[in-house]
Amino acid sequence: MTRDVDTRDENREIVCIGASWGGLDALRVLLAGIPASFPMPICIVQHRGDENDVELLIEFLSKVTELSVEEPEDKQPLRPGSVYVAPAGYHLMVNSGYTALSVEDRVRYSRPSIDVLFESAASSHGRHVTAIVLTGANDDGARGAQAVHRAGGTVLVQDPDTSERSEMPRATIATGVADMVLPLEQLADELVRRSAEART
Amino acid sequence: MAVGLTEDTTPGWRQDSLEDLEAGLLLEAVHRHYGFDFRQYSPASLRRRLNKRMVDEDLGSLSQLQDRILHDEAVMERLLLDLSINVTAMFRDPGFYAAFRQHVVPLLRTYPYFRVWHAGCSTGEEVYSMAILLHEEGLLDRARIYATDMNEAVLDRARSGIFPVDQMKAHTTNYVRAGGTAAFSDYYLAKYDGALFHRWLTDNVVFARHNLATDGPFNEFHVVVCRNVMIYFDSNLQGRVHDLFHDSLVRRGTLALGAKESMRFTAREEHYDILDQQWKLYRKRT
Repeated sequence: MTRDVDTRDENREIVCIGASWGGLDALRVLLAGIPASFPMPICIVQHRGDENDVELLIEFLSKVTELSVEEPEDKQPLRPGSVYVAPAGYHLMVNSGYTALSVEDRVRYSRPSIDVLFESAASSHGRHVTAIVLTGANDDGARGAQAVHRAGGTVLVQDPDTSERSEMPRATIATGVADMVLPLEQLADELVRRSAEART
Repeated sequence: MAVGLTEDTTPGWRQDSLEDLEAGLLLEAVHRHYGFDFRQYSPASLRRRLNKRMVDEDLGSLSQLQDRILHDEAVMERLLLDLSINVTAMFRDPGFYAAFRQHVVPLLRTYPYFRVWHAGCSTGEEVYSMAILLHEEGLLDRARIYATDMNEAVLDRARSGIFPVDQMKAHTTNYVRAGGTAAFSDYYLAKYDGALFHRWLTDNVVFARHNLATDGPFNEFHVVVCRNVMIYFDSNLQGRVHDLFHDSLVRRGTLALGAKESMRFTAREEHYDILDQQWKLYRKRT
């Protein structure tokens, strides 16, 4: 496939990850397998309470990965090899290479919501989105994964059998849009392989 | 996108997306027919809200929604509510109010009289919170608070001083954590489903219509509070509003933004000193 050189922001590759119950362990394993040279920004929605425990989450994730991990502010430019974790009580969205935060209502009980992140990425980054649904005990991410799929992006799902809670991966798989279902340990390698492919 | 939404003025709309084309035409139609300008709102949130309105009106496309909006004012009013109601609470982010007491109140004490502008006040929760805080600091008599929003309907709700009684428990928790010095229930009467806040809290509050996207400065202020409003604007409109606030503040006036908003990516960064990094309190230089 030949691709025109296109430097428009909205055409930058981006990885969006959704995690809920059991997400901390899953994120630890996934992020530990991604090298500091990883060429895409990574956005994460991890469900949790509204309290400001994000600093602990950032601290925890920083210890397990070579990537820089931060809690973004609004309209912050997304940089390759950086991890952006949705702040407590805010929806994290992306738009043409920038973050966009919102305190709109919870979406199906969640703020941040995985669907909201995925849908924003699908609208803005189209086929350049790789969405990953990790362990969780609800169905957040399933609608967003469908939006990513419709926009031509890629949907990866953690193998329910390797998930602490299998409901969330199963909900996305049930929509029929999962491009690959992989054991947790193989997700990082797949991401790295795809990022190398995207650059050729 | 030919109409209104050029790449220069509105970053982030996709040229190759049919939905974004329809959104652009709808926003242009709303602007021309009703005068409300959402063309420089952040596409990320706007797409969601337009889609929600489309689904709630039982329509299949944004083009159909445009048709309904142009021919039925009630649909426009509902869209306007979608775009102007902010999910908020009294003393939302208690740490902000604690920081305000610590960093801003001492400065306000030095003025015999001061003006506060709550820009984009929506249904008024933060306005009542500020009035309570100033009352407890003995400053409410010296204050005049201007609470503005683009939408008359939400201003009416704010003016009424009535808030759902089932939220009072959460508000009370926030109030205590924000450093409140009385009992929160001293400030309202609970009746049926509503909590009616005391009139004297808003004796010095002026609720008025003002649209940050299109209106200019209207007074000089010692404090401007605008939390989680500009996150719905694109960076061009954010720049316009930052200019507006800078022009409206007195020397050494305070600007309060939402906890995840920042001067970092704006042209006005150099014009303020940071009073509180975490709670985004800034003081205008010179």
